[in-house]
Amino acid sequence: MSVIQVQSPGLLTTVQDLGREGFGPIGVSPSGAADPISLRLGNRLVGNLEGAAGLEMTLLGGTFLFPEGAVIALTGSDFGATLDGAPLALWTPTEVKPGQTLRAGSTRSGARCYLCVQGGIAVKPFLGSASTHLLSGLGGYQGRALRKGDVLHIGPADTSFRAKSLAPRALERLSPRKVLRVTPGPQSDWFPEPSQQLFYNSTYRVAEEANRMGLRLEGPPVAQRSNGEMITEGVSLGAIQITAGGLPIILFVEQQTTGGYAKIANVISADLHSLGQLRPRDELRFERVDWDTARTLLLEQEQLLTSRDLFVP
Amino acid sequence: MPAPAPDQARFQPASDQSLLIYFGQQISLNAHERVRKFLRLLELEPIPGVRNLHPAYCSVLVKFDPLKWRHEELEAILKQYLGHLEDVSLPEPRQVEIPVCYGGNHGPDLIDVSAIHGMTAAQVIELHSSTTYVVYFLGFVPGFAYLGELPEALVTPRLATPRRKVPAGSVGIAGNQTGVYPVETPGGWRLLGRTPIEMFRPDQSAFSLLSIGDRVRFIPISPERFAALESA
Repeated sequence: MSVIQVQSPGLLTTVQDLGREGFGPIGVSPSGAADPISLRLGNRLVGNLEGAAGLEMTLLGGTFLFPEGAVIALTGSDFGATLDGAPLALWTPTEVKPGQTLRAGSTRSGARCYLCVQGGIAVKPFLGSASTHLLSGLGGYQGRALRKGDVLHIGPADTSFRAKSLAPRALERLSPRKVLRVTPGPQSDWFPEPSQQLFYNSTYRVAEEANRMGLRLEGPPVAQRSNGEMITEGVSLGAIQITAGGLPIILFVEQQTTGGYAKIANVISADLHSLGQLRPRDELRFERVDWDTARTLLLEQEQLLTSRDLFVP
Repeated sequence: MPAPAPDQARFQPASDQSLLIYFGQQISLNAHERVRKFLRLLELEPIPGVRNLHPAYCSVLVKFDPLKWRHEELEAILKQYLGHLEDVSLPEPRQVEIPVCYGGNHGPDLIDVSAIHGMTAAQVIELHSSTTYVVYFLGFVPGFAYLGELPEALVTPRLATPRRKVPAGSVGIAGNQTGVYPVETPGGWRLLGRTPIEMFRPDQSAFSLLSIGDRVRFIPISPERFAALESA
């Protein structure tokens, strides 16, 4: 079996696939890639099923040695990666020769870069998924972020693979957004009109503590009617909850499954991947859309992801 | 006579891929039983395209494939399920005992909680451990059971500033709830003690020691017993 040797792990590198659904009743959130579109595309570029496990690097990438070589693709944000010192292009498969070293640096664009390998990263699945759930120390590689000296196994590869690249036009349409489209949250009506206006007209900044559990935002505090007492209830991915101090937190892939704060809005499914590319101090805004628009945008996105125009030979 | 059940639930879209069903406006055993029966029905007859369920005190969040369902379509189907809610029989609740070492390093807030209520530490321990609690649901993090309800005399607001790290196994109270932290997380509940047993066991088939609907008693143990059980 081929391996990847971790010579330096980077800031926070974890094994991720598309997550584990169905375990809400025991309090386990899906986890999975923070930018699932980048992982899906990376996997397809190397001939994997789109849900195969890859490496998710955060802000600062790692250094990886491939003693037996591999076919890889880097997707997501540009971390200025090199292969034995030569610049490595994103969004295209690359054949790594035995003994070559991939070195990823600091991000030049968004928060996360994905390293997909033909055959996928082979780890023991937990609840049916290879995803690392950092908070509970489960899944992925020993339930934790990668460390120097770790050795990752590469799964068996599909040899019928033919190299292709991503069409620039498709890539443009799938690029992460800084204006996040949202639908109303379950407690929208707890927020009076002036609060709604403030929320939708303000620019918010991603706080330093943003992580896979949630993105804490800084900006104008949003007031809510004080008469409502929240009973803890199930919370959805991308829910924008307003804390006691009035500041928003967007719940993310390793989210708590239930919570007791009022939710003013929820990021639409088609924009969830954009959350995975937001860095601390990035600025963002919210734009309200209706249910039909949210559905249409997701439908168009999925059609593009399955269309023939997605790749160029 | 029309079936009353569907009218007693309220549906509320939570996101473009989730729908909340409220079984009541307040925490009650009645709402809790309906949550459990609803979960049981969906377990027995799963709906294609329903991806996840997040039960809570008196609600369930249903996560679904937004390309397969619109809220109103799923709502119509779920209303049919609600019509059969009363036909569901729930199994007898399991009785689970959890050993707890109260106070000291294991329960750093025991003294403060005693002071707030004008009680001795022994009285707080006696009250906390003489009540049988219901596992209303598991949520927040893997294996975290929301237990209720705390005796009225122990109802205490959560800490003004949450701790950055609460050790796994810590037994805390907040409002009229009590619970055990299964993994080390940040947390704002007041900590009365700690259990040496694992609440979330990924290597075992049941994963979580507690399940929704279980009945739980805390059994006070000494620091020596805690150490012995922890190393066992």
